Amino acid sequence: MLFMNMTPDMLRLLVWLIPVPPLVAFFVILLFTRGSKLVSDLVSVLAILLTWVIAILVLIAAILTPHLGEEPITSSIVWLPLGESLATSFRMGVLVDPLGAVMLFFVPLTASMIFIYSTGYMASGAYWTEIKGGEGGHGTTHAAHDEHGGEVIDSAGRRLVKFDASAWKARFMAFIALFAGGMLILSVADNLLMLFIGWEIMGLCSYLLIGFWNNRVYANQPNRITPMIAGIKAFMTTRIGDVFMLIGIAWLYSFTGTLNFRDILYNEEALHALAATPAFPNLAWLGGLTVAGAIGLLLIIGTVGKSAQFPLHTWLPDAMEGPTPVSAMIHAATMVSAGVYLLIRMFPLLSAGWVEGGPLTAPMTAMAWIGSFTALFAATIAMAQRDVKKVLAYSTISQLAFMVAALGIGAYIAAAFHLMTHAIFKALLFLGSGSVIHAIEHGEEHAHHHGHHFPIDFDAQDMFNMGGLGKRIPVTAWTFLIGGLALAGFPFVTAGFWSKDEILADAFAHAPVVFYVLAFTAFLTAFYTMRQIGLTFAGEPRTAAAEEASQRDWRMNTPLVILAFFAITAGWIGIPAALNPLGVNPFHDFVAGTLLEHPEALPFDPLPMIVSVFIALTGLAVGWLVYVARPLKAGQPDPLARALGPIYTLLEHKYYFDEAYDFLFVRLFQWFSDKVVYQLMDRGLIDGFLHFVARMTEWIAFRNKDFDTFIVNGAGDEVAQGVGNLGQAFKYVQSGRVQQYLAVAAAGLLMLAGVFIWAFFLR
Amino acid sequence: MIPLNLYLLVAAALFAMGVYGVLARRNAVAILMSIELMLNAVNLNLVSFWRYRAPDALSGQTFAVFVFAVAAAEAAVGLALIISIYRSRETVVAEDVNMLKW
Amino acid sequence: MQITPVTVTFAIMSIFALGGGLGVVVNRNLVHAALFLVLSLFGIAGLFILLEAPFLAAVQILVYVGAISVLITITIMVTRRIMGIRESVNRQWPVAAVVAVLAFATLGFVIVSQFAGETPVSDVPPESVAQLGAQLVSSQAFLLPFELASVLLLAALIGAIVVARD
Repeated sequence: MLFMNMTPDMLRLLVWLIPVPPLVAFFVILLFTRGSKLVSDLVSVLAILLTWVIAILVLIAAILTPHLGEEPITSSIVWLPLGESLATSFRMGVLVDPLGAVMLFFVPLTASMIFIYSTGYMASGAYWTEIKGGEGGHGTTHAAHDEHGGEVIDSAGRRLVKFDASAWKARFMAFIALFAGGMLILSVADNLLMLFIGWEIMGLCSYLLIGFWNNRVYANQPNRITPMIAGIKAFMTTRIGDVFMLIGIAWLYSFTGTLNFRDILYNEEALHALAATPAFPNLAWLGGLTVAGAIGLLLIIGTVGKSAQFPLHTWLPDAMEGPTPVSAMIHAATMVSAGVYLLIRMFPLLSAGWVEGGPLTAPMTAMAWIGSFTALFAATIAMAQRDVKKVLAYSTISQLAFMVAALGIGAYIAAAFHLMTHAIFKALLFLGSGSVIHAIEHGEEHAHHHGHHFPIDFDAQDMFNMGGLGKRIPVTAWTFLIGGLALAGFPFVTAGFWSKDEILADAFAHAPVVFYVLAFTAFLTAFYTMRQIGLTFAGEPRTAAAEEASQRDWRMNTPLVILAFFAITAGWIGIPAALNPLGVNPFHDFVAGTLLEHPEALPFDPLPMIVSVFIALTGLAVGWLVYVARPLKAGQPDPLARALGPIYTLLEHKYYFDEAYDFLFVRLFQWFSDKVVYQLMDRGLIDGFLHFVARMTEWIAFRNKDFDTFIVNGAGDEVAQGVGNLGQAFKYVQSGRVQQYLAVAAAGLLMLAGVFIWAFFLR
Repeated sequence: MIPLNLYLLVAAALFAMGVYGVLARRNAVAILMSIELMLNAVNLNLVSFWRYRAPDALSGQTFAVFVFAVAAAEAAVGLALIISIYRSRETVVAEDVNMLKW
Repeated sequence: MQITPVTVTFAIMSIFALGGGLGVVVNRNLVHAALFLVLSLFGIAGLFILLEAPFLAAVQILVYVGAISVLITITIMVTRRIMGIRESVNRQWPVAAVVAVLAFATLGFVIVSQFAGETPVSDVPPESVAQLGAQLVSSQAFLLPFELASVLLLAALIGAIVVARD
């Protein structure tokens, strides 16, 4: 086969090439395709497929390499020459070790599926946009008519027209190509700085993509968060995490002199030094915190921002404003995974000084607490959400928290496993939800043509407007079901089961408190998943839109099927050794090589597995009973609301955290930005200073002008004038009369003669 | 013998008269006549000195001959000019020929 | 100074010269002035003879009296038509008088102080006229000035013609 003949250099070159096609596609689409939707579709999909092929080749080569952990595929170049010799230069390069190989498995897979899906999803759709003043609003020229062919006035008095959602499709494909490029850079990076570069590219793209439909407004809801605001919110919130992360990176570099993963994390002495040195020797109350701990905590804050853990979780649900492929990309396959990937990658640093069975280090404790809390917190909110994507958003936060908690208790491989399976089935679920939304929108259109009128604020994403879609869009329904079961952890046949079970097993063995919290969360997860499936697909359609819903695009259905396949099978690679027909746990053995100490798998304990099976089935059953056995009719309220009463409202409003943050922080900073930075500093001081300088210069210039006019020019003019006057006075000498001249000459001559006589004759 | 200074005085007087005539007379021809007076005074001077100081060297007389030639030339041209001016300006008053005034 | 024929002749010739000169500069009538000029020139010629330069006297009469005075008279005739001048002197005649007097005073002073009572150094050599002629054409003497004077006369001739023609 090809890679039998592949030389190590060729392999390294392939690794370098992995992030390249999507990045090239980004530039090509922006610069050359001139907005052609077909060309940009082709360019971006071909690019990501190329990356996938290369990644598979590298992955196979990596799997076939024995002892990949000790001798990973690496290649680096001198990036920043420092010091006298090249040896001390800062190098950047690529690294494929077992963990990296895992990334190379699911990132290109999910990205490719999402790209193909996007070519279908972004080809249609419409939303409200506001026209201000005259006409055409926001300078757009693609305003399509709504069904009435004109504009409407919503309850807030704004003039709205329908805008074609596919107008900027080429730009969308370019942006997600850039996004994929950023994620791939992060995945193959061999040092923290390059990882951070990929991290920041994704941060930018999250802003660009969440706020992609930047002119969208919601009819009758002037205070609702629009995509533009959501984009800023996402960027700002993750930024907070990024700042701390950068401080951590800088501290790490200054302490160890390198940012290379292998040099720090696979290196006994470096880890030992990091774990032994106190971080703040001068502060007694922080005496126990080592450098490793401090840096670890800073990096964790970065992940808290990027992976939307409590308390920086508020951006992720609002990020659902972006088009659904973006939600899939950002919140399943890539960006939020990057946060957890960072922690998994830096695990040796975070756990420096920890031995199995011993006390947890500070970062691990933090992760365990944050993870457990966030998991439960998010799961409770998910139960009371109406929007199909918001349920998935909170579910993502919750599942990521699972991974963080797993790392917190030292379940390194379980976290990596769950990262992989979660990416696949969450991407599947998001794409499925997008398919559902498109189906409802098409249904709305069809029903409209048959004369049915919808209110202008009809929400196609509200699950209470759906129902009975199982019969209308079967492909979506079955794939969504598979994804949902994977999320819930349906035993044995779904990937999610095996990965979640491993986390629970580890928690059971090491940290019972974490186990109980995560187990309860798993129960809630299963419940709200079935709630979602029930509300969406089961029973009878609750609205005319659901009645006429349809979705037949192959570009959207094919990725769903492919991802569903992997949602089932991907988990089998990590079946614990005791149950595994192969006798070993291949995933565990492969990934364990990433760490120096090559952790052993836990001895198989049937109890946690029985518990997790029980929890999953029970949760699903309760959900079934409430939402599927007696499906909701149109207009019927959520039974959960009756059951929970006021708690339901609290959950529905996400514990009012957004309002709290707005009150505590946002208003304060807005005031500060406006009054202090803008008015006082920028306009008052800086502009004032500049104006002052300008006025001084102007004053000097005018004095110069005066000097020039009156003194310089004046002198010149006076001289000229004086000479002229002198000439005027003397001109009368020139009388024109020769005799006068002669007389003067004679007189002069006589004077000379007199002098001559006096000189020669009289002396 | 007549002392030299008498001849010279005569010449000086003639010269002074010529100066007065040049500067004071209005008619251009009269001015020219005054100039002839001055030239004659000069000639007289030259010949006097020749006779009294260096009669052997004939350069005194020669000089006088040349003065004659120049005087003649100058008189001719001057009169031609006067006639020309008279033709174009209709005047022979020297004062009236003042086009080069300011 | 004794009264000898030479002295008397000198006195008469001087009177002619000076008187004529005075007449030239004072006389209102131009023709009279021209005639007075002739008289003055004759006087000068006489003085030349007294100074034993007969050739020069002859040249004086030929050139000055014969040619130049005639020329002057012709010019007076030609330009006579608009002669209506009342005054013969212009506005600056006091200045001119002063200058003239000063000139005479200066010259007189020098003459009286330097050249008092001088007598001729020696006699005039015989055949001075022939010698004069020889000198004029001798390349060691005054040939070049002679030729140049010829050129000058030619130029004056042409110039006069050009200037005076219509």
